[in-house]
Amino acid sequence: MTANPPRVRATFEGEPIEAEAGASVAAALITSDRVAWRTTRGGAQRGLFCGIGVCFDCLVEIDGESGQRACMIPLQEGMRVCDAGNAASERTEGPAA
Amino acid sequence: MTALRPTDQAPEFDVAIVGAGPAGLAAAGAAAATGARVVVVDSSEQPGGQFWRHRSEAAGVVDSGELHHGWRDYLELRRAFDEGVARGSIRYLPATSVWMAQHDSDKELNLFTLRLAPAHGGGSSEVPTVRAARLVLATGGYDRQLPVPGWQLPGVMAAGGIQAFGKQNGMLPGKRFVIAGTGPFLLSVAAGIVHQGGSVAAVLESSNLMGWLPRAHRAAGVPAKAFEGAEYTAAMLRHRIAYRPRTVITEILGEDHVTGVRTAKVRGDGSLVAGSERQIDGIDTVGLGWGFTPQMELPVQLGVGTRQDVDGSLIAIVDEDQRSTLSGLFIAGELTGVGGAALAVIEGRVAGRVAALEAIGATHAAFTALASAANGPTRAESRAIARQRSFANAMHLAHPVPQCWQHLLRDDTIVCRCEEVPASAILESRETMAGDDLRTQKGQNRAGMGWCQGRVCGFAVSCLSGGADPTPGAIETSLANSAVEVSLASPAVETSLAQSAKRPVAQPLPLGALAELD
Repeated sequence: MTANPPRVRATFEGEPIEAEAGASVAAALITSDRVAWRTTRGGAQRGLFCGIGVCFDCLVEIDGESGQRACMIPLQEGMRVCDAGNAASERTEGPAA
Repeated sequence: MTALRPTDQAPEFDVAIVGAGPAGLAAAGAAAATGARVVVVDSSEQPGGQFWRHRSEAAGVVDSGELHHGWRDYLELRRAFDEGVARGSIRYLPATSVWMAQHDSDKELNLFTLRLAPAHGGGSSEVPTVRAARLVLATGGYDRQLPVPGWQLPGVMAAGGIQAFGKQNGMLPGKRFVIAGTGPFLLSVAAGIVHQGGSVAAVLESSNLMGWLPRAHRAAGVPAKAFEGAEYTAAMLRHRIAYRPRTVITEILGEDHVTGVRTAKVRGDGSLVAGSERQIDGIDTVGLGWGFTPQMELPVQLGVGTRQDVDGSLIAIVDEDQRSTLSGLFIAGELTGVGGAALAVIEGRVAGRVAALEAIGATHAAFTALASAANGPTRAESRAIARQRSFANAMHLAHPVPQCWQHLLRDDTIVCRCEEVPASAILESRETMAGDDLRTQKGQNRAGMGWCQGRVCGFAVSCLSGGADPTPGAIETSLANSAVEVSLASPAVETSLAQSAKRPVAQPLPLGALAELD
C-alpha cells in the first residue's frame, strides 16, 4: 500500500468521523469505534453484515438521502451521515412481490 | 409499472456485459478484441468485482496486490480493459445497477435492453438505458448464509464481507475474529486477517475434510489451488490459528455486540456430539460463510433455464459456448455454478468472444453456423474449464451444508434479518398454513420481503419451508459427505429458490429511474 493517503472528514449524527480517502462510510464508522449504527423496527442495533452491498443491514442516511449502504459509499469530505432509524421500512423500490 | 414498449431502434452496442469482476473483465477484453462495440455495467466504483476488490483508485491509493490471489491475472485483464476504454471500444459505466433487463427477439435478431440506475445515491443514471445485440451476464455471487442464534448481533459478518472490507479499506472491521462455516474460502479469510494485523481465535469448519480423499485427484488437476492451500496452511501455522474441523457455532454470544461463541462437534450425518461443547470468549467479530449464492436476479428475470447445482445453489444452464437457453444471452462465472475466479475468467473470455463474433456476424448478415462453431472454446479452454469445474464439484461435495443448522434454531432465532422474522413464524407457516415455499412464506410472515429481497435468507427459508427433511435420521443412510445432495436437491427447494431470485426489480432503485421509462 502507498504511504498515508489523505484523510477525509465528515460527521455521523453531528459527531466527527474520518477515514482515509477512498475508504467507505462504514470504514469511518468502524474507525470511530462504532459497531452498529442503525436501529431496526424491532429496536435492535445493526452495523455491517455482508459488507458488499447485498444485505442492506448497514443503511444510513447521507446528506438527507435515506437508504444508503455504508459499505458501498466512499466517505466524502463534509458528508452528513445519520442513523437511518426506521428509514428501512420506507421503501423506494417498486412493488414488492 | 409502465409496460415497456419494444423499440425498433438499432442497438448502440454489439455486446452488453453486466459485471466487472473476473468473468466480466475477461468477457469485455475478449469482446473488444474482436472489434465489437462493448458496454460494461458494474455496480462498484471501480473494476475487479468482489474477488479483486481493491483500494480506491479515485483516491490515488495503489494496491500492492498482497491481499490478492491471481493479482497478475487481474492486472493483465485490467490493462486490456483500460485500453478498450481508452480506444472507445468499451464504454464503462461504474457505480451503476441494472434494475431491469428486457429481451426482444425477431427471427435471428436479438435486442437486449438494460434499464440502469445509480448503484447508490438518488437521482437517475447518466445513461438510463442501453441496448445491445448480445448480452453477457457475469454478476457473480455472495456468501451463502444460514441463521444461527445470535447472528443478528453487531460484529457478526459474512466471511467474504470481512475480506472485502479489508481489501477495499486497508483495515479490518474488528480485532479478534472467529471464522466459521465450510469451505477452503474460510482459510483465505483467516489468512487475510492475520496479514492485516488482526488475530483469529479459531477457524471452525463443519466438514470432516475426509470428503476430499476420494476426490484428491481432482485437486491435483488444479495446481494453483494446491499452492493457495499450502499458503493458507503456512499462515495458519505461523500465527498458531486453531483450525477445528467437524465443528460448528451453536450460538453467538453478546449483549449489544459479539463477545464470544459456543461451539460443538458435528458428526457426518449432521447431528451434534454430546459433551463436545466449548466456548470461545474475548472476540469482537465473527465471520460466517457456507459457500456462495450466485446473483441470479437478471437470468431469472429474463427467464433462462435453471437447475440446482451440487452445492444446492440455483444456477443458469449454459452450453460449452456459455450460451444460456435464451437466444443471444451468454452467462459466465458463478452464475453457471460456483467455481471461483480462475474458472470465471475462462468462461468470461469464451462468452465475450462468442457473443461479440455472433453480434458482428449478425449485423453484417455474413454470419454462418460454421463461423459460430469455429469461435467456440479452444481445446485448451475446454480442458481448463473441465478441470476447474471438476475441482469445484469436489469442493462442494467435500464441504456440504451440515443438517444440524436447522436443529440449532430456537423459536426466537431471527431467520429473515430485514423483517426480523423468527424461526417459529416460518415453521408455523409451514405446519399450519402450507407455507412450503418462499413465496407463500412472504405473504404469511414477510420473510424475504425486506430490503435485501430474500438474498440473505432465501436459501434458509427455502430449506426450512420447502421440504428439505430436517431430521438427521432421514439422511443417516446416505453417504455422510454428500448430505447436501440428499437434503437440498429437491424440486420443492429448487422452485422456492427460483422464487427467491425472482424480484420485480433487480435492485432497489430511486423512484426517478421509473419516471424515466420511455
